[in-house]
Parts: sequence; structure tokens; C-alpha cells
Amino acid sequence: MDSREDDGGEPLSRMAEWRDVTPLPQDDGPNPVVPIAYKEEFRETMDYFRAIYKADERSPRALRLTRRAIHLNPGNYTVWHFRRLVLEALNADLDEELDFLQRIANSNSKNYQLWHHRRWVVERLGANARAKELNLIKKILSLDAKNYHAWSHRQWVLQALGGWEDELDYCQQLLEEDIFNNSAWNQRYFVVTRSPFLGGLKAMRASEVRYTVEAILANPNNECPWRYLRGLYKDDIKALVNDPEISSVCLKVINTKNNYVFALKMLLDLLCHGFQPCHEFRDSVVALRTSDTDPLDPELSMAICDILEHVDSLRASYWIWRKNKLPVAAV
Amino acid sequence: MAELAVDKHVKYILSVEKNKDSFESVVMDHLRMNGAYWGLTALDLLGKLDSVNVDEVISWILKCQHESGGFSGNIGHDPHILYTLSAVQVLALFNKLDVLDIDKLDITGLQNEDGSFSGDMWGEVDTRFSYIAICCLSILCCLNKINVEKAVSYILSCKNLDGGFGCTPGGESHAGQIFCCVGALALTGSLHYVDKDLLGWWLCERQVKSGGLNGRPEKLPDVCYSWWVLSSLIMIDRVHWIDKEKLVKFILDCQDVENGGISDRPDDAVDVYHTYFGVAGLSLLNYPGLKAIDPAYALPVDVVNRIFFSG
Repeated sequence: MDSREDDGGEPLSRMAEWRDVTPLPQDDGPNPVVPIAYKEEFRETMDYFRAIYKADERSPRALRLTRRAIHLNPGNYTVWHFRRLVLEALNADLDEELDFLQRIANSNSKNYQLWHHRRWVVERLGANARAKELNLIKKILSLDAKNYHAWSHRQWVLQALGGWEDELDYCQQLLEEDIFNNSAWNQRYFVVTRSPFLGGLKAMRASEVRYTVEAILANPNNECPWRYLRGLYKDDIKALVNDPEISSVCLKVINTKNNYVFALKMLLDLLCHGFQPCHEFRDSVVALRTSDTDPLDPELSMAICDILEHVDSLRASYWIWRKNKLPVAAV
Repeated sequence: MAELAVDKHVKYILSVEKNKDSFESVVMDHLRMNGAYWGLTALDLLGKLDSVNVDEVISWILKCQHESGGFSGNIGHDPHILYTLSAVQVLALFNKLDVLDIDKLDITGLQNEDGSFSGDMWGEVDTRFSYIAICCLSILCCLNKINVEKAVSYILSCKNLDGGFGCTPGGESHAGQIFCCVGALALTGSLHYVDKDLLGWWLCERQVKSGGLNGRPEKLPDVCYSWWVLSSLIMIDRVHWIDKEKLVKFILDCQDVENGGISDRPDDAVDVYHTYFGVAGLSLLNYPGLKAIDPAYALPVDVVNRIFFSG
């Protein structure tokens, strides 16, 4: 973190422009001197901040002081709040502010105040800032592709200012980089269901199912695409049960005899909703039986629960519960 | 298996409170109210709340209250709903809610037209603030001051395909946000809107091989999720779906048994935040010797009972 971009980190008490200000220490009892330089700078900066905040001084030097305070501790929301008041009063260049925020985000991107402030800035800049902002967020996501704040902010930018056109490609790119990235799957769902250009969930379903099935076959132990698949059939469980692509991906994964927990779970869900399996399904499930499991239940749903209780032992109680609530039709 | 080092943790929490010049406490200066809630609630669960000076704490809390009625994270900072809830919770711990002028506390004004809540005058919206507002008002027995129906419908608009909840509509499911949403729904008698089996399955998938819980798929386990995930599972009555013994072991493995305190993962540095979540998680798991904690109010059960049943 570079707190020295304006003033070289020189103590404020030695700078001419602060000579007229008396620093105001935190009022919570005795404040012994802290023997480390960084802490000293931090404490001094905050003491000066309290003084100008109390005097409500909305000046260029106040803006510089908030910048210094933010560099030292970006979590202090009162400093951010005051900075907005100063920016407004000075009618400051908000493009520059965006660049400043980007530098902070590069080193400390998990901070609510920063992102809230950023939204405030972008709101004022309006649609002109859209392309730049979407690009800047990409840069932050390239450092941490699951940054919750950055995603939340990105969704807001898309809804407030637009820029949906390239978003599905962007999700695609991120998933190519890491197919286990649940944030990118979530964003994909967000785009597919909300983009004004794609025609909605039903129009996108067939191509999305194809994409998801491929992702599953490449990594069957990835919970994200399995959940995404369910999401594609939101409120339409019948279509899920009747789509041969769904049961077939389950079968393919089970036949590999590896990483089949989610495939069995999906097959169990299908069976519970009326899926009629051909004998191939039963054979594949029977083939999973290892020597140390008890003989499999003749009923397929029961057999699946028994296997899962065994191989997914952390969640054994869940699978026992599933077994106990199997609908009569499935048993 | 190791045991909970109760005395060490008590000592650690008390030392954090006293040590105002440590680097941690300087940086946490602005959120000291949250720190007070974490430390004091953990102390109460450990049965040692009587080791702090009540009058000192209460007088400091009242100095953090502003004209608007809201509280700030420390003296001289701006009020925010995040700190208002912590202040109200700490007052509840000490049975001092009567020092509050409830009419002065303007939470109603933070509710937006769509039912959501903002955190302060700057208008940041997040389902965290829905929970905080609802929890605060519920503790003060005045939920009728807001439009509960709209608040619930906003939370439900943040429900995802996996049964979980995000910070705003479309936001990714995250265990912390799920706690807030499920907690708010529990406190408003609206849990019937939760798809309990679907969400319960997502939540129990958060348990990883080490026994710890993560907050999202493919993320590392962290002791704080022992609270966010576990309390949510309890509220929707699905906590028996995870392996509790392994989770207890994971939390105990995160203790600093020499100097006290609990960290996010084994062998990391301890802090008061994870110490609270570790102790609270163990309390939810009925660990012997700890007071029971209420999963929705995030306060000891006897404190909640005192609020609602002491008439």
C-alpha cells in the first residue's frame, strides 16, 4: 500500500499547511505512545482527521488528508463519508477519484466502504463511465475471481448503466480459467435470466444445458454445474425429469465409477419426481457396489441412498433422511 | 480430542479489551462496538461476563450514541446500523435496555420503498441491513414500526437457485448473507418461505473433509462459518445433516491453547472475531459448560428469554 503518493509520508506536524490545526486524539482513555513508525503515522493522521472533521473543513487539504487516512486504514467509514462531502463541496474530478479507488482496490479489495464509495462515484459519472468501470472491475476479478464485493458491484453497474452485451462471453472466459468458480456460474445465471438481449431462461435453456453437461462430464465432482442445471429448470421440474440429456449425463458419470456423488444425487431427485429408469440405470448403480457394502436394496432409490450414506459419510444423516422420505411411488 | 481452553480464552478476551494501543485495536478503532459485542457475548457464553465493569461499558456505549439515535463504532465516528445492533445487543447482555430512548432510535427511516434497508444516510443496500434492522427492532419489541411484509418480500427477492440468499437480488449465495436472510425471516415468523430441504442441502455441502465449514463452494473452511452455517441450519431445523463431532474438533483445533483465542483455521493468528464465532459455534453444538446461544438473535438464550418473558 502506498500512502506516500502525495506527501512522502512526512509527519503532518512538520508540514507547513497543517501548522494551524491542533490534532484531536481519540477520546477513549490514555493513549500511550506506540513505538512503531507506521502506527505513529496512523495515529497522527487520525488525530488531524478528527480535527478537520470536527471543524467540517471541506478543503483540498482535507481531501488529501482523507486520502492519506484511507491508505492507512480503508475500513474507516467516517473518513469515506467525510471524503464524499469534500468531493461534493469541491466539485472534484470524479474520474480521478475512480483511478484512486482502483489503486486502493488493488491492494485491499475486500472492504465494504470502498465499494460503496465507488458506487457513489459511478452513479455521478453515469453511463459514460460504464465501459471504464466494467473494465476496472475485470482487473480486480483477475486478482480474485470470487471477490464478493466486486461481483455485487458489477451486477449493479450492469443493471444501472447497461453493458450486458459481452457479459456471457466474460462468464465463459472466467469459467474456462476455473470451472469451479461458483461466482462465475452465479453471474452466468444472472446474465441468462436478466440480460435484455438473450430472451430469458427458456430461450437459453437448450444451449445452456449443453454447455453445463459438458462442464459436468469434464469435472463431475464440481457442485456448481449440477446446481446450475437445476436452476435452468426453475419452476419446471417436469421438464427436468423428461429431458433425456439430464438422465443421460447422470448415467455417463455413474458409469465412470468415479466422483459420482452429485450424479447419484441428481438421479435420486429425478426418481423422486417420477423418472422411470430403464434397466441400464439399475445395472450401473449396482456396479458401484464395493465388497464392503451390504447387499444393495432391490429398489433403485433405496440403493442410491445406501451408497451415498456410505461414500458421503460426512452427510450420512442427510442420506438416511432422504431414504426415509422416499415417496411411495419411487419405492 | 483437545478441550476448550475456557480460562485462556477469557483471559485473552479481557486482554484485547484492555490493550488499546496494540496495532489490532488501533485499526479496529472505528468498529470497537462490534468488537465489544463479540468479546462480551463470548465472555457471557463462557460464564464470565461478571469479570467486566458494567458501568464503564454502558457509559462508553452511551457516548457513542448520536442525535439521530443511531450508534457509531466508537466515540467521534459516524452512526451506522452495524454498530447500532451491536450496542443494543450489548445493552441486552447487561439487562440495560431501559437506558435506551426507543422513540429516538430511527431505524424505520432506513427502510426503502422496495422493503430493503440502507445501512446509513448514504444508502448502501444489503440484506445484512435487513437482518440488523429487524433484529434490533425485535429486541426492542417494536417490529411494528417497519413494513414487515415488504421487508420479507425484499429478502425473498434475493433467493437463489440453490435455495440460498445473496446481498441483493441476483447476488451469489454466501453463508453470511444466508444467516442474515434466514435470521430475518425467523424473527418475522416467515421461515415457511424458505425451501428448507434445498437450502439445508447447500448448507451441509459446506462441510469439508477437515470437518470445518466454508461459506461458498470451493472456498477454504473458516471458523466464522461455524456460526453462519450452523445457526442457519438450526433455524431451518436441518443441523443433524452435518457431522457435528468433526466440526467440534475443527473449532478446537483452531484454539491457541497457550495464550487463548481462536483463529480462522488451525495455526493462524487468533482474533476476537473468530474467538466469538468459535465459542458461539460450540455453544450451538451443545458443547458442555457453555451457555446456549439463540441462533436468530445471536444472544445467549437466557438473555433472549429475559427480554421477552420477564414482563
